[in-house]
Amino acid sequence: MNDFIPLVVIVPLLGAALCVVAARSRRVQRVVSLVALSSNVITAILLLVEVDDEGILVSQAGGWRVPIGITLTVDRLSAVMLVVSSLMLISVMVYAIGLGDEEQRFSAFHPIYLALAAGVSASFVTGDLFNLFVAFEMMLVASYVLLTLGGRRAQVRSGMTYVIISLIASTFFVTALALLYASTGTVNMAELADRIPDLPDGVRLGFSLLLVVVFGIKAGVFPLYFWLPDSYPTAPGAITAVFAGLLTKVGVYAIIRSQTLLFPPDDRQGSLLLVIAALTMVVGVLGALAQDDMRRILSFHVISQIGYMIFGLALFSLAGIAGAVFYVVHHIAVKTSLFLVAGLVEFRTGSGRLSNVGGLVRSAPAVALLFAFPALSLAGLPPFSGFIAKFALVDAGIDDGAYLVVVASLVASLLTVMSMTKIWLAVFWGDAEAASVDRRLRASRSPLLMSIATGFVVAISLALIVYADPVYDYAERAATELLEPAQYVEAVLGGDDR
Amino acid sequence: MTVLFAFAAALLFATGTWMLLQRRLSRILIGVGLVGHGSNLLLLTSGGPGGSAPIIGTGDPADFSDPLPQALALTSIVITFGVTAFLLALGYRSWRMTRDDMVENDVEDRLIARQRDRDELVEETRLAEREQRDDEGLE
Repeated sequence: MNDFIPLVVIVPLLGAALCVVAARSRRVQRVVSLVALSSNVITAILLLVEVDDEGILVSQAGGWRVPIGITLTVDRLSAVMLVVSSLMLISVMVYAIGLGDEEQRFSAFHPIYLALAAGVSASFVTGDLFNLFVAFEMMLVASYVLLTLGGRRAQVRSGMTYVIISLIASTFFVTALALLYASTGTVNMAELADRIPDLPDGVRLGFSLLLVVVFGIKAGVFPLYFWLPDSYPTAPGAITAVFAGLLTKVGVYAIIRSQTLLFPPDDRQGSLLLVIAALTMVVGVLGALAQDDMRRILSFHVISQIGYMIFGLALFSLAGIAGAVFYVVHHIAVKTSLFLVAGLVEFRTGSGRLSNVGGLVRSAPAVALLFAFPALSLAGLPPFSGFIAKFALVDAGIDDGAYLVVVASLVASLLTVMSMTKIWLAVFWGDAEAASVDRRLRASRSPLLMSIATGFVVAISLALIVYADPVYDYAERAATELLEPAQYVEAVLGGDDR
Repeated sequence: MTVLFAFAAALLFATGTWMLLQRRLSRILIGVGLVGHGSNLLLLTSGGPGGSAPIIGTGDPADFSDPLPQALALTSIVITFGVTAFLLALGYRSWRMTRDDMVENDVEDRLIARQRDRDELVEETRLAEREQRDDEGLE
């Protein structure tokens, strides 16, 4: 089973190569993409089952031992991230095929999308900090191209900001890696976890903060989020959903991983992260309230939601981290489906601007339904998965006495309801005729493939209600594992598996 | 030598940061390049003092320089190179479209800010009208 780990990276990359070769035939490209992405889903599920039974899986790439080769590690957190991300990637691919447009016009779409998939998977399985940098770059470079694929003016404008900010974050990352290597002589995460406690206090604190900043830029936390609502909405319809659903969560994953694994408990940035979390939640949701464009509103909500995940992590308690893990899973499904619905609305009405659309509840009741479930879930209304996730976090927060942050999270939830209501009132109720007369009606009903893909993602988020118990138990087991980094170190350094 | 490298890296970071803060993409690009070189140099320096080429059988392993940071630096140089090329292409595209390579502000943000001004204006006029009506009523 350990030898299966590299598959989640290799298969999409091979698929990308095949898609480049088959650039002339869109049909071949589609088949290759779908096969590669579904292979990832299967591998991820197998890995998840295996990890849950057997504990942490380790694979040394190329058979080289730890300090020389690259370690690939799958623990419970990576496994669940892999499963959710691979499910989202394939759903969005199906949606993109249904939507046509960029997918239809550019032969580069499929190879680059698969490279993005490989980068996302690689970030989750890597056990080597430098390799994490490479995985990030793979994912980011693919995202630069996907963002600016259409070459429209808005895309080029926001692409510039996005690329520059990401480049700066990457440079910070390389700098952090250089300093870490200079002071510990390794970039392997398990070895780092072993050696960082021996460093002087100030140096450890510096590293901890530097990594929070690096991953914070990718995750879009409070003072570092400005690029996000600017760039995400301009990406092609289907692509925004992947960006919003997955890319920032890779940053969150990296924060969780680095804070729990690399640094001993007294160096973790608990209180700082709590402040960041509270500000991220509130500022994000306030930003959303001011917007008039559906995708921009949702982008601001991405920021606000990141705050909740950081909140769970910042408690560094079992319940807190379990809540954060559950939240990430719930959020990826819900956010992706909301963006897919936004795409459906735009497809039907030709605009995502609240002041331009309306009355969809009558003309497209299915779309309204697909929006209602994830929107209520995002706001955290019972019985949806968002309620369970937020309840877990608030409970953990009260246990730890972080009352101010708990209040902030509740206020942010309330404001989320408000802004979801705003979308609902404007898009689904409101005046249909007055708005859509001058709008070109591109299709009388949503194309089947797009609706199926959206429905599938919504169904995943609904399944989280039914299976909340086993998923939360799993999240708790993942959190236990994260809070005992010795296990991880042991699995990588001690357990020689071949 | 290490101290010299450290100074060089510091210089590159400082000038690079200055260039990054400019508004034109061409300057930002140079800044990105400089900062990237700074971090790569730092990565190279992190392997400690240099030595002979690390090929087994050519000498005493104790004299070898550390090959890992060199490999890391190479990887990161390649990545920076690729992304810089992409940014250049983006800059060219922007220049073709607008005859300018300014990195612009967020359009939507400006729209919303303007919207707020307009809302305030509407609100003020309404208040003024009501006051006027009230005044008339009193008379």
